[in-house]
Amino acid sequence: MKKFAFNRAETLEDAVSAGASAGVRFIAGGTNLIDLMKENVERPDRLVDITRLPLGEVKRQADGSLSLGALVSNAAVAEHPLVRGHYPLLSLALLSGASPQLRNLATVGGNLLQRTRCCYFYDLATVCNKRTPQTGCAARNGINRQHAILGHSQACIAVHPSDMCVALAALEARVRVLGRQGERTIPIADFHRLPGNEPEFDTILRAGDLITAVELPSNDWSEHSHYLKIRDRASYAFALVSVAVALQLDGEYIVEARLALGGVAHKPWRLESAELALRGQRTSNSSYQRAAETLLQGAEGFEHNRFKIELARRAIVRACAEAAKGTRR
Amino acid sequence: MDDASSSFEITINGTKRHFNVEPWVTLLDLLRERAGLTGTKKGCDHGQCGACTVLVDGQRVNSCLMLAVMQDGKEVTTIEGLAAGNELHPLQRGFIQHDAFQCGYCTPGQICSALGLIREGKADSVDSIREFMSGNLCRCGAYSNIVAAIEQARGQL
Ligand SMILES: Cc1cc2nc3c(=O)[nH]c(=O)nc-3n(C[C@H](O)[C@H](O)[C@H](O)COP(=O)(O)OP(=O)(O)OC[C@H]3O[C@@H](n4cnc5c(N)ncnc54)[C@H](O)[C@@H]3O)c2cc1C
Ligand code: FES
Ligand code: FES
Repeated sequence: MKKFAFNRAETLEDAVSAGASAGVRFIAGGTNLIDLMKENVERPDRLVDITRLPLGEVKRQADGSLSLGALVSNAAVAEHPLVRGHYPLLSLALLSGASPQLRNLATVGGNLLQRTRCCYFYDLATVCNKRTPQTGCAARNGINRQHAILGHSQACIAVHPSDMCVALAALEARVRVLGRQGERTIPIADFHRLPGNEPEFDTILRAGDLITAVELPSNDWSEHSHYLKIRDRASYAFALVSVAVALQLDGEYIVEARLALGGVAHKPWRLESAELALRGQRTSNSSYQRAAETLLQGAEGFEHNRFKIELARRAIVRACAEAAKGTRR
Repeated sequence: MDDASSSFEITINGTKRHFNVEPWVTLLDLLRERAGLTGTKKGCDHGQCGACTVLVDGQRVNSCLMLAVMQDGKEVTTIEGLAAGNELHPLQRGFIQHDAFQCGYCTPGQICSALGLIREGKADSVDSIREFMSGNLCRCGAYSNIVAAIEQARGQL
């Protein structure tokens, strides 16, 4: 690990102004950043400790939404009674990620900004446009089993590894950010970006931007939702494919649906057209199959990950069927 | 806190200790190399194996991914802090009685993790123990005996 200077941010404004300088990184749980620093993928000159800032609360807001402070741990969010009661999809997704020890450390803000687990991104002996722009992509013709089947570009086929973000996409969460120009709110769908020609940018945030909270709009998804994570081990592994689904039912008919995929793209993959394909349909496998076809339109695999297309199709059908049966708590 | 070394205090196993170390020292390295507590083990050093598990303010965490300087003012419990004098902790007894290890390298992390698990109320079934102990790998494959040891100890805490 490269040596670095360290200080603790005492106020939000402190953090934002310190974070705007080149070579400065915020540190929250540290579970992604320290790992990448040990690998020399991240080489900051200074770390600013944001863990003592007042961003550690879960609170109900006047408009009925629930605000999750950026520093609330993944474990605390997953176990929070209001989250379990009203957003069980988010609890399920969080509990399927990492390990209990890591979830105790990992924060809401850090989870949103965790970097890809592409092995070439981690391996300094190979080329990677995300790590070092304009050098090439070793994954494209490499061992690309974990990689993207949707939304990838010539420059990058990495996937975003978060489970939490897939649930946030289905729940239409909003990210609160404090920057040098003040506070702003970003819909989760616009927060992460596709790689295009600039895979070095995972999100639309820029230097100094501090995530302060994630807001969950009040909704009616809690009765029929499911998070299905398909991975190489029964627990403690990143998703090959994951599905977050939430349904509103009227008897055997679907009134509204939300559907997002993880492990398949540079961001959680959600298409309104796939959700509209479920609206007014019966809760049957053929309805779910049609939605899956729509959501997976244009999917294109590489040598080692073509299986993900069929896997995703089946995972969507199974996840929808599970959700229709009622949320497992 | 700008220069290379920072000065801070951590309470380790009930004793407040003062340290002056560089910011890049992890909690794991501080425990092993500066505090002389080598019970906590370094397996992967990347958050993947759980050998470095300790409790900070009562919660189980991977000490290899934590900067020591960020633990200023916190309470750390390591495997050395579990026994009461010569009286082993129920989890330590359980691991011995159930032969829940072979080489023993993962064991301090397993036991600290199991303590966190029981306190979280997640040790109520075999399935739950297996799922919520998945952050602790055992290369010797002592898993079934580890589960049995935890089942035995959960009622004795
Ligand atoms: C072995 C292992 C297995 C894992 N498995 C999974 C898994 O299955 N599923 C999954 O989803 N995740 C998994 N993870 C990843 C884990 O969820 C992330 O490492 C964690 O969520 C990151 O949060 P953190 O607080 O530790 O972030 P940090 O490491 O502290 O920070 C990550 C990044 O976010 C920035 N940052 C942090 N907070 C803020 C803020 N408030 N504002 C602006 N920037 C900020 C930091 O500057 C840094 O760039 C795994 C990790 C490990 C090590
Ligand atoms: S040494 Fe910390 S998890 Fe392996
Ligand atoms: S006893 Fe050897 S690794 Fe677990």
